[in-house]
Amino acid sequence: MSRVERGGPDAEAILDELFPYMGSAYRIGITGGTGSGKSTLIDALVRRYRSEGNTIGVVAEDPTSPFSGGAVLGDRIRMSSAAGDPGVFIRSIASRGSETGFSVLADELADVLDAFGRDLIFLETIGVGQLEYKIRFSAFTTVVVFTPESGDDVQGLKSGLMEVGDVFVVNKSDRPRADQFVADLRGSLDLRYHGAEWEPPVVPTVARGGAGVNNLEEAITAHRKYLEAASALDERKREGFRNRVRYLAEDKISRRIWGNPYIQKRFDGIVKQVVSDGLSPYEAAKRLVEMLQIDESQHG
Amino acid sequence: MNRPIKILIAKPGLDGHDRGAKVVANALRDAGMEVIYTGLHQTPEMVVEAAVQEDVDVVSVSVLSGAHMTLIPKIRRLMDESGMKKVHLIGGGIIPEKDAEELKNGGKVSGIFGPGTDTRDIVTFIQGLFKGKD
Repeated sequence: MSRVERGGPDAEAILDELFPYMGSAYRIGITGGTGSGKSTLIDALVRRYRSEGNTIGVVAEDPTSPFSGGAVLGDRIRMSSAAGDPGVFIRSIASRGSETGFSVLADELADVLDAFGRDLIFLETIGVGQLEYKIRFSAFTTVVVFTPESGDDVQGLKSGLMEVGDVFVVNKSDRPRADQFVADLRGSLDLRYHGAEWEPPVVPTVARGGAGVNNLEEAITAHRKYLEAASALDERKREGFRNRVRYLAEDKISRRIWGNPYIQKRFDGIVKQVVSDGLSPYEAAKRLVEMLQIDESQHG
Repeated sequence: MNRPIKILIAKPGLDGHDRGAKVVANALRDAGMEVIYTGLHQTPEMVVEAAVQEDVDVVSVSVLSGAHMTLIPKIRRLMDESGMKKVHLIGGGIIPEKDAEELKNGGKVSGIFGPGTDTRDIVTFIQGLFKGKD
């Protein structure tokens, strides 16, 4: 995993070699705001799944500081279920500049756990706002965690999180106004999904103490069964691979461009022209791209 | 591409004071390291298990309970048995000079940092462990 983490050709070779062994693990994404209780919820779920004999992998992402490049990864604090149990493997990862909530590197670590035969893999995103929706491409079932303080249903309607969830959790539901929030959330989901094949359920939980976690497990299982029956699981996997291949290709192209010293030099030159000769940034970008000689005729 | 220095900060044993550990965690993050903080009341087994799963470069333990002469050598031994012979172990907390020397001379730890240590010294020390190795 650390070799994969270090990246480069070595990591690619490993992932290539492991690829045939991947694909049997079921991937469950857990996303939600900072402090909504994602880690605690995973801990509670792991205990349940573990008692049923499943082996578990967890990949938990925390943000890298954009200022220092360092990170404090604290998800393990809440995950005591793993202690002394070789059936549970937890790996923390810093986001390192990725702003998607769940980075490709985190995906790759999950791939390794998958190849080594873990039955279930939990993918914990960083504490997200309204933009980090990419967990959808990594997980088969995405659980979105709210707390009763997450805001009114107007917030719920506009938030991108509303579109990625297959199952919604209102954690810390012993707090005031939880019932109201659950009802509001069900209302907005009903508006969005009314009559759909899968209408995401809302599950109230108190992760610390474990209340409602059995219902959450049932909801996840129900969603998994739905995906498998409708062959929607294959569709999800295809979507995930589309996203991954596209990212990897873009990454390679961008490295090829910016890693080329000649292009770097021309780039610096063109920027200088923008600054001192009044060349517009648009014209500059156009010239730079022309230099790459991408054959437009192949696009149509 | 090399990853940043990855360090586990753990509080083994029974004392419940982790302010020092948190201050150090923040300082190391600000120095560009990736810090995994595991929280209070960890057994040596839990500390080493986390270190293995996270594959850290350094394990750092804070002990204020007085049990350092038991906990630290035990963690070192478990690390060695888990294939982490080359991983550094450093300590902090209330550790008398005499014990600190004994731990350092016995090869149990790479460094001990007591109360009043400037966090910059800890950063410099840890960075120094990896100088020229990248």
